[in-house]
Amino acid sequence: MSDLVAKDLSMVFDVGSGGQVHALNNINFTLKSGELLSVLGPSGCGKTTLLNIIAGFNHPTSGGVYLGDEEIKGPGVNRGMVFQQGALFEWLTVSENVDFGLRMKGTDPKKSRKMVDEWLDIVGLAGFGDVPTYQLSGGMQQRIALARCLINDPDLILMDEPLGALDALTREKMQSLVLKIWKETGKTIMIITHSVEEALLLGERLFVMAPRPGRIHKEYNLPFADRGVTEDTRDIKNGDDFIHTREEILTMIWDMEEEIMGQV
Amino acid sequence: MFDFLFEYRGVIVGTIFVALIAAVIWAFFYGRKLIRTEKNDAVFGNPARALGGWHWVITGVSAILIVWLYFSWDAARAFHPKAANELCQVAKLSSAVNPIRSTFPLEKEFLKGTSLLVRENAQLSELEERVERLGFSETEKAKAKETIDLMRAAITGMTSPEYLDAETSSQFKSIEARIDDLTAKLADENYPGEPTTEQVAAAEKNARWGDSGNEIPNAPASPRGYKFDAAAKEMKSIASDFSKIRNKNENFLAQIEKLKAQIASLDELAQASPGVDELLVQNRADFVKGLTRVLRRVDDGNIFPPDALNNVQAALVKLDDEQKSQQGGLRFYDTFMMPGGQITSGSSSCSEQGSGRWLPKPSDTLRTFARISNPEIGYKGYPLLWYKMKPFGEMVDFVLPDFISSLVPGKFPRHDENGIVTPNFKSKVHDIVTGNFESFKVPMPSGHVWDSLLRVLAGLFFGIILGVPLGLFMGLSRFSKGFFDPMIELYRPVPPLAWAPLILTIFGIGDDGKIFLLFMVAFAIMVISARTGATGTHLSKIHAAHSLGATNRQILRKVILPNSLPEILTGIRIAIGVCWGTLVAAEMLAGTTGIGFVENVARKQSDYEIIWTTIIILGLLGLLFDLMMRWIIDKVIPWRGKG
Ligand SMILES: Nc1ncnc2c1ncn2[C@@H]1O[C@H](COP(=O)(O)OP(=O)(O)O)[C@@H](O)[C@H]1O
Ligand SMILES: [Mg+2]
Repeated sequence: MSDLVAKDLSMVFDVGSGGQVHALNNINFTLKSGELLSVLGPSGCGKTTLLNIIAGFNHPTSGGVYLGDEEIKGPGVNRGMVFQQGALFEWLTVSENVDFGLRMKGTDPKKSRKMVDEWLDIVGLAGFGDVPTYQLSGGMQQRIALARCLINDPDLILMDEPLGALDALTREKMQSLVLKIWKETGKTIMIITHSVEEALLLGERLFVMAPRPGRIHKEYNLPFADRGVTEDTRDIKNGDDFIHTREEILTMIWDMEEEIMGQV
Repeated sequence: MFDFLFEYRGVIVGTIFVALIAAVIWAFFYGRKLIRTEKNDAVFGNPARALGGWHWVITGVSAILIVWLYFSWDAARAFHPKAANELCQVAKLSSAVNPIRSTFPLEKEFLKGTSLLVRENAQLSELEERVERLGFSETEKAKAKETIDLMRAAITGMTSPEYLDAETSSQFKSIEARIDDLTAKLADENYPGEPTTEQVAAAEKNARWGDSGNEIPNAPASPRGYKFDAAAKEMKSIASDFSKIRNKNENFLAQIEKLKAQIASLDELAQASPGVDELLVQNRADFVKGLTRVLRRVDDGNIFPPDALNNVQAALVKLDDEQKSQQGGLRFYDTFMMPGGQITSGSSSCSEQGSGRWLPKPSDTLRTFARISNPEIGYKGYPLLWYKMKPFGEMVDFVLPDFISSLVPGKFPRHDENGIVTPNFKSKVHDIVTGNFESFKVPMPSGHVWDSLLRVLAGLFFGIILGVPLGLFMGLSRFSKGFFDPMIELYRPVPPLAWAPLILTIFGIGDDGKIFLLFMVAFAIMVISARTGATGTHLSKIHAAHSLGATNRQILRKVILPNSLPEILTGIRIAIGVCWGTLVAAEMLAGTTGIGFVENVARKQSDYEIIWTTIIILGLLGLLFDLMMRWIIDKVIPWRGKG
């Protein structure tokens, strides 16, 4: 496995009537193999743009992203994606969704059936293989999306607000699941969120991004993700240092928001 | 079996009618009761209120059938089959009275003489006005005006009572007396006496109501019928004598003679002064022609003094009252059981007019349907829907393209000196692909309905297999969207039937033209729905598929195509409907088979039962198609709207 490196990454969108949006401005960072990074920031600060560039769906205006020695030029199986919602193939059953990547590669069905069963077990959906996906709840659908992405064994997992559409209870359960998977598989994970609590809990490292131009405003190294693997996540969230960091970041984002409002 | 049903159709239809009314009443009250117990229905606007309920379905269907039975007079025929025959006799009397009645302001606004007078005066004023404009010489002008004044005097000569001669007055008196006499006879129970043996025989020969088209049994067959029939005969002669009466008194005849001379001299004057101006010549001729025309009508002598006809009118009103009271319950029956029209009497027979005529009776429609469903009879020698034994070779010929034989190496055999052709492998292949071989026969559906179905399915088939790929392609590439869009958007908005004359000319009136027309219809719809489906694919699904390692082709087949299926199937559902409508119209334009053809022939022959039969067949088939598509959509894309 290899590190993810962003070098002088900039992204400028042309908007109508000659205007330009600096969605990303000179982003530099290195994400080591096996790290868990969460990215937080007010809406419109370029989080999705950054993720899409890393996934290979967009080309940056300048600079580049490298996974190991290779520059990222387009989408590939070494980077798995989990989206907020709506990215499951609703005409397929649960197991057909999960083994989609394997089928595209032409894996032996017997082998893939075994892998599907394993992964369904890991995400807590054992026995749901033949159910059509559209009959499942939002939380279950995101579990399938996780399994579908992980079964392909990617080096890097990119998640764009994966838990954003879930209710609070399901969300907490899914947070534990993400941590469990991170620890057990040792994958590099980059997760975008707009919830400060989630960012703190799911971030070994945390980038707080600021808008106009989109940039990394502040970076944290946090202990909560490691502790979350063994301890109860509710206890962590009630700890003093957790609350302290949370308030600090919240104030920072509030200030940013006010600055934006002031500009308008 | 149908003959048996036909024999008792009155009882059957009557029972059904009563049962339907009972069903409506019962379902209505049942529905009312449910409404009171249904909790959801308490809130106005709750969609649960629109869920319907089978009792309301019963109410609706029954209501339609009742209206049909009622307005087509099927119910009337079931409950009182003899009424039509009696009403026919009544109609005979009314049509006999009509020539006299139309003289009086009984149904119209004006007395006939009044209307004539108004018209002639208007014409004369118009001519008078023209005199000034036409460029007549002064002498001519004077003469023309004189003529017009004379004409007015002649008309006044007819309207003033003092000139009415004694003979005409006595003629009116006699008509009045005869009408009064007839009124008395109508009131008389014994009139016209015992029917003659011929009358009885004719009554027995009467067919039943509706046995042949709209014909109503013509010969009187009941005491009331005999009475009205006899009265009608007498009335006919009275009316004929009445119409011969003319207002031609001495004074009037003298004036007419004078007028004729006057016009002739006017004409001479015109001829004697030859104008250089062609227009003037024409104008003069037209003027004289106009005068002559008015004169001819005045000369008919149909205008009488205003009160000369009062007594006749009074007599007629009395006759009217009497014949109405003689009709008794029949009048009630005419109004309430035969709505929207009445029975009228023509020169030789009586017939239904109004809704009874153009709305065929359900029982007759069913009988017609049963008749033409019989494959032995069919319509125009072709069954509606049946099967035919066809040699298997014909199907091979249809399925395999003929050029296969040209691909086989070698040459086709030639005849030798003895005129014998020895087949070789190439010619044998040719025989097979052209279906030219002995083969067993297999049953194949055939008939008008099948032909129509086949055309729709063929057009739809080609529209789908060509339209869907193009639509997906257009949804995925800038080039094809830009390149094909103008072509499709230009031909699509043209109503399909506007293409029909052109396409039928190019492809001929056979199946090819119709199938091509339907193909055009289906193609545009399929392209647009497939394109909408393709462009509507959620971007995150495409992204997900890409990062799961799918190739472009795999994404097209495994993501974009299934994602477009709901749109495509909805497109097919719409296309079926539009094709169906287009086909029937196209078949009406040209062709020798198909439902549209049947309806068109029936239209030319005013065969309303066949027309309604085809309408019902079309409606049911359309409904069937739609239910089928809905079922398919439910089965194939259960995820629709849940992505
Ligand atoms: N395709 C695009 N065209 C033009 N502007 C875009 C496009 N994609 C994103 N942007 C702009 O770039 C900025 C960052 O967007 P995004 O990365 O989606 O923000 P976030 O995910 O942090 O909410 C926004 O101001 C957005 O309007
Ligand atoms: Mg975003």
